[in-house]
Amino acid sequence: MDIQVAKVGVVSCSGEEIPEGTLCRLACRKVLDERPGETVTICLPLFIAGGEEERTFAQNYPTITVDGCDKLCAAKATEMLSGKPSKSLSVPEILKKHGRKPPDKLRHFGGEEEAAVKAVAAEIAKAVDEVLEEE
Amino acid sequence: MVLPCSGIGKVYGALARETTYELVEKVRPGLATTTCLPLLVIKDPEAVALVTENPVITIDGCPKDCAKKSVEALGKVVDKTYEAIKFYKEHKDLKPEGIAEVNETGRKLAAVAAEEVAKAVDELAAGEEK
Repeated sequence: MDIQVAKVGVVSCSGEEIPEGTLCRLACRKVLDERPGETVTICLPLFIAGGEEERTFAQNYPTITVDGCDKLCAAKATEMLSGKPSKSLSVPEILKKHGRKPPDKLRHFGGEEEAAVKAVAAEIAKAVDEVLEEE
Repeated sequence: MVLPCSGIGKVYGALARETTYELVEKVRPGLATTTCLPLLVIKDPEAVALVTENPVITIDGCPKDCAKKSVEALGKVVDKTYEAIKFYKEHKDLKPEGIAEVNETGRKLAAVAAEEVAKAVDELAAGEEK
């Protein structure tokens, strides 16, 4: 008997201009790598640049958006162009909750930033569990 | 304005970003800058103004050309486009690896690529001054 395992969509802010964007990408990638059977992602600009398949992403998968700043591009773009996210996470809020400083560089993270990546990834993984449970 | 691919699934997306960071931080700081591609997706007024009022270079990581298409969706013609894989094809001794970030060899390739993109930045900047 085949058992259908639901997958959760994780949409990352790409935040090229801000250090929190890099943190966001790395944390999302970590969750995607550690939970390959349960998670899937899409490049956010594909909501515009892609085809029908990309635009229906949030209708096909319960989706968690992860944003690096209060402009909330991932949450807004997903809702506007694909479908309402199941959960929306904010990197600054997660860092505050864990008592961690925001990173101050765009690339080549060291130990302190890596610890922040792990903290954000843990919160994303927790959200994945919650969404899977609801499904 | 230099806009790289946003992807977190392929090495050439990571190479596009590393090249952009190398360019705006080390090779042409002050002359070249970047912004978040998703800001264009949600049509953030400041980001849209930056892109529509300045020369734009895009560096895409795959043939889906998200960076280029996101700019074109604003009615702006991209001044110069690159596919990041081109840099590797021209420098086969520098094979980048990694997905969200490139490895040390990828960083070396990004440094070489940034020098090449800098030539386009200089040409576009000279055109703006005329």
